Amino acid sequence: MLPIVLLSVLGIVLLFLGFLKSRAVLLPATLLFLAVTLAVNFLDWNKTYLFFNDMLRTNNLSMVFTAIMLGSAFMVVALSGSFMDTDEAQPAEYYALMLFSLVGAIMMVGFENLIMLFVGVEILSVAMYVLTGSDKRNLRSNEAALKYFLMGAFATGIMLFGIALLYGATGSFTIAGIGAYAANQQGLSLLLYVGLLMLLIGLLFKVSAAPFHFWTPDVYDGAPTIFTAFMSTVVKTAGFAALFRLLSVSFEGVYGFWWTILAIIAALTLVVGNITAVYQNSFKRMMAYSSISHAGYLLIGLASLGAQTKQAIVFYSLAYSVATISAFGVLLLVARQRSTQTITGEGVITENFDSFNGLARKNPLLGFTMAVSMLSLAGIPLTAGFWGKFYIFSTAVERGQIWLLVVAVLMSAVGIYYYFRVIIAMYFRDGATETIQVAPFYQYVLLGATIITIGLGIAPGLLQGLF
Amino acid sequence: MLTLFLIFYPVVAATLILMIRGERVKQAALVAALVEFGFVAFAFAGFRPDASSQFGFDYAWIGSLGIRFSAGIDGISILLVLLTGLLVPLIVLSTFKHSYKQSSLFYALMLYMQAALMGVFTARDGFLFYFFFEAALIPIYFLAAMWGGSNRVAVTFKFFVYTIFGSLFMLLALVYLYYQTPATDLSAHSAAIADFYKLNLTPAAQNWLFWAFFIAFAIKMPVFPFHTWQPDTYVESPTPATMLLAGIMLKMGVYGLIRFILPIVPLGVETWGRTAVVLAVIGIVYGSIIAIRQRDMKRLIAYSSFSHVGLMAAGVFSLTETGMQGALIQMLAHGINVVGMFFVADIIFSRTNTNQLDQLGGITKSTPRLTVFFMIMLLGSVALPLTNGFIGEFLLLHGVFTYNHYLGLAAGFTIIFGAVYMLRMFQKSMFGMPSARTESFADLSSTESLVFIPLVVLIFWIGIYPQTFLKVTEPSVVSIMKYIGTTAVSLK
Repeated sequence: MLPIVLLSVLGIVLLFLGFLKSRAVLLPATLLFLAVTLAVNFLDWNKTYLFFNDMLRTNNLSMVFTAIMLGSAFMVVALSGSFMDTDEAQPAEYYALMLFSLVGAIMMVGFENLIMLFVGVEILSVAMYVLTGSDKRNLRSNEAALKYFLMGAFATGIMLFGIALLYGATGSFTIAGIGAYAANQQGLSLLLYVGLLMLLIGLLFKVSAAPFHFWTPDVYDGAPTIFTAFMSTVVKTAGFAALFRLLSVSFEGVYGFWWTILAIIAALTLVVGNITAVYQNSFKRMMAYSSISHAGYLLIGLASLGAQTKQAIVFYSLAYSVATISAFGVLLLVARQRSTQTITGEGVITENFDSFNGLARKNPLLGFTMAVSMLSLAGIPLTAGFWGKFYIFSTAVERGQIWLLVVAVLMSAVGIYYYFRVIIAMYFRDGATETIQVAPFYQYVLLGATIITIGLGIAPGLLQGLF
Repeated sequence: MLTLFLIFYPVVAATLILMIRGERVKQAALVAALVEFGFVAFAFAGFRPDASSQFGFDYAWIGSLGIRFSAGIDGISILLVLLTGLLVPLIVLSTFKHSYKQSSLFYALMLYMQAALMGVFTARDGFLFYFFFEAALIPIYFLAAMWGGSNRVAVTFKFFVYTIFGSLFMLLALVYLYYQTPATDLSAHSAAIADFYKLNLTPAAQNWLFWAFFIAFAIKMPVFPFHTWQPDTYVESPTPATMLLAGIMLKMGVYGLIRFILPIVPLGVETWGRTAVVLAVIGIVYGSIIAIRQRDMKRLIAYSSFSHVGLMAAGVFSLTETGMQGALIQMLAHGINVVGMFFVADIIFSRTNTNQLDQLGGITKSTPRLTVFFMIMLLGSVALPLTNGFIGEFLLLHGVFTYNHYLGLAAGFTIIFGAVYMLRMFQKSMFGMPSARTESFADLSSTESLVFIPLVVLIFWIGIYPQTFLKVTEPSVVSIMKYIGTTAVSLK
């Protein structure tokens, strides 16, 4: 509750700060706002409250998800300095939109009523549509925004339709009411099933699960890198938190109906994401497909809903978010440094694997950060990503989903292939070996992310008291 | 507590070495590795020869899941701990002639590797074992890929993906076993390997678990047909990395067979053990025949190693006490011999710039010391009586022969073939007329001799009085045999 109010107010404050002559104040201000919100978020620890006519609930789980998203946003903003310096950029608007989108994301993790879920999804999405197209001069950015908007609007429509059908079936918008109906219903309830399916489709679109993923590569590729990082972490975490809440509270009673669907979608997502990622030449596009594949792993956790699922999803989201943001953080630096001048004098930013060649020689810290985040995304021990996969696999074993696990294991091996392309490029290939200047603060953020990844990889029990 | 030192001391030492610059790195690394060997020797001397786990420690790691940070040394572990502690200082010493770029990173990675290996061989928790099993891969990957030969990137990448792929199946098996252990409201499931031993698994489950474990370990060893990564990786890696791979790392696979497959899935072994033995025997013969045809010394030793490790796998699956004892002693012996052989290859390469047998020859003329040491390593490898290889191979072949006469006979070819390819290598490289490359071949320096002397001592020690090592492993082997339920052919 408090984070929602704070972020809304502070977002407006940020817009007004934009009138100031000096832009330099914006970034620290946003960071401060996010830090305050993060602290405030934990005020209600161990208490459960209902807000807005019982439409929103905060509990420990929602606070942990909120904290992950705020933390991710904090890191993204901290890494955004270079992008905001260009003349056309309007940092105040960007930061305000990020805060507003976080409001939507927080509503998605704590909703008690499907209307609230819908409103949350919309707040998050509309802000993201704008941010995707924020690079106004860039054709690809515009294309991405349009694509994202059209497809997203379509998906939201389906989702709203689903909510209406669920209301028709159960006579309730609250997830508890739907849950009571689903637990007691007998026989086949067509309205309920169709409604659930449509609602799922809407949310699966947001987390870019196959076959609803087609927008992802283009949008991730076209959007400015800093917003790609935001999109692939905050939006995904919010989407999975919402899916988890929905399925565990409302639809546990009809698990038999939806688990096969989710399992098939999970397998499909894993195969599509991983296999396609192998064929990419652009690092950014590879990360887009990698984000699809990670949605697949998280879906395995949902499809084998059980006592471990909560922990698995929280840990996985955290590990994935940290690794993804630091990877994009390094990409931002490298892409800026290695951008080539074309004849017309315009800088062309190269985001291919080749631009990482020889990076680790002169920039050991950047190389190490990138290597750790790639290892984490690939799920190699000593990193948080390993334990994320471990928890996910555990849930699936608990439910006895062996064939799904076999797919996941095969695809993990494929994943190693494309993540290691980056490591190989950085460490073993020759390339331009100039030193990249990194601002100290930027360095601390990258270092912090690396420490989190390794720390959680060595002592995954650290998070245990949290939920 | 001693085990904790064995695992963490190299990590600390390696991290300190990272900060050193210049020539002193080698000395520092050697001292660090010798101190670790001191710990190991202390453990070996103080080890009570019974089946218990000693020098252990046990902390909660992921408390709520019952996953523990727990390790200790028992009779199966002790020889491998000894091997690791012994070989690493020798491998460090063998690099004294070379200067590697970024040498502090090079030696730090070697010590990180040692820590992970110690963890693998002492872990008492299934997930801790997996953790180290994978963690060992990262330093060796970077060692091989940063300092290796021209084709190193592609080759080591294949190695990495291959082995990770295999061990993911083991992860599944471990998670499955974990959920089979009893849990109450008060206590979570357990991942302790000892608890896995107590499970009553259905035959169907045992069958797939057998393969999940076997593929992981078979790739690591490697057993035919999972060996395709091995020769290229051995050849392309810098020699110290090859020594770590062949000398210690492949033992992780054999160790896993004994530690996991035999006691946890005995029914699976009953059903599929024969297939595994047949694969191993195919590997023995196949590896030997290919080794005979090789022209490159390093590649020849790689194939011979592949052939030898097949015999170890066959011995373990013979389900006899002799076979298993043989596998344990042979792991030690093979580690010693193969490191010696690769060092010889490295010395020859560093002086002639080639390992091609047809470009070598006539080295004996000027090198009495190298000739003697090379010959002793070679005799150990071809299992001549009074050398370490004889004890190991004799016990292994006895085990396999008891299991099945025909397979035992086929595996016996390893000794004949071994003699053929090893002596051929010796003859082609050392005897004959000196070639242009070998004319001014200098004999061993004192540092180089210093590497060989401990190896030679051990070759004869194990060959003449193996009882020192057999008696520490026997009680643990007997206790593992109990889970298999075969009448153990006692070793007296």
